[in-house]
Amino acid sequence: MKPLLRFEHVALRRGGRLLFEDLDLALGPGEALHVAGPNGSGKSSLIRLAAGLLREERGRVERSALALADDHIALDRELPLKSALGFWVPSPNAAMEALGIGSLAEVLVRLLSSGQLKRATLARLAVSAVPLWLLDEPLNALDVDGARLLQRQIETHRARGGAILAASHQPLPGDWRRLDLGA
Amino acid sequence: MIGRLALRDLRRAFSGAAWLPIAFFLLVATLVPFAIGPDARLLSRIAIGTLWIAALTAALLPIERLIEPDRADGVLDQLALYGLAEESIAAAKIVAHWLSFGPLLLVAAIPASALLAMDGASLVRAEIALALGTPALAGLAVAVAAVTAGLPRAGSLAGLLLLPLAVPLLIFGAADALLLEAAVSLLLTAGAPFVAGAAIRAART
Repeated sequence: MKPLLRFEHVALRRGGRLLFEDLDLALGPGEALHVAGPNGSGKSSLIRLAAGLLREERGRVERSALALADDHIALDRELPLKSALGFWVPSPNAAMEALGIGSLAEVLVRLLSSGQLKRATLARLAVSAVPLWLLDEPLNALDVDGARLLQRQIETHRARGGAILAASHQPLPGDWRRLDLGA
Repeated sequence: MIGRLALRDLRRAFSGAAWLPIAFFLLVATLVPFAIGPDARLLSRIAIGTLWIAALTAALLPIERLIEPDRADGVLDQLALYGLAEESIAAAKIVAHWLSFGPLLLVAAIPASALLAMDGASLVRAEIALALGTPALAGLAVAVAAVTAGLPRAGSLAGLLLLPLAVPLLIFGAADALLLEAAVSLLLTAGAPFVAGAAIRAART
């Protein structure tokens, strides 16, 4: 079966520093890979490379349609949450319900807490139909309940044949393959 | 998605301070009679040039909110992941930016022309030149905003970059050379999305 994300002998350089080289990985349907490593080891850069937002120095990256949730909220701060999400997804209500923030629909994005914003960025993925999810520090700012809802979304996505690449310095709940990046 | 992006940018412009560049434009046009004195013949001779200088300086005001907020919040990244080319993003932003200040500027030129003792015929010529030139101003503003996005003191740097590039627009606009104005405007407007798109890509870290 064709993998949803494949790295072949990939090297990535940022600001003159070689973050990693000769990296191989393949993610097939239903698989989840946790990229771990200390601060500055290139976890976020790996995610952005997988998303196609950075260019590899050497090697080859193949990717299917994907969605990214990172620390950037990408929501209009002066709008209510529902309208801001509505720019990106056709069904903002379902997205908000999936992450337990349905009650915040009319609250302005700039008034939300960082945990609520994190849920909002993850909500965008919950209703997307793309097979590959890229998560950068998905647990940052999430409370216990938020982490539980995220885990449920991840399990649903994998059961549907989706794949997930997540970068996190914390342990992630559930069953993950693990890739350690050196410092 | 491109249409929705342009609409969103337009909404953001009008919910923000779309009137600010226009007020600035009128303010500059008001200052000139104070500085030069009430000599109507002198004023009407320098009127078109004054309108252009006012338009150029007004075009500088919104530059910092054109690209940088969307870059910092990751909107540009998400748009790219939705399959939009950076050039298309820039083109949508140019259209939205022109719609947010071009038509208003053309309206504001009418009271400004009265302050500068312009007659009806030269007002019509000036309006045509402004209508031809303002799309290029919008294109330059977005391109310069993309080039300076994320830099410290981007606002002042943007002025240094934009004003020299706008000099041909100023010369042909103020000289009433409408065909040349149109040609320069076409060149700048058509080139701007590519410059801005490349700058957005280069700014990714």
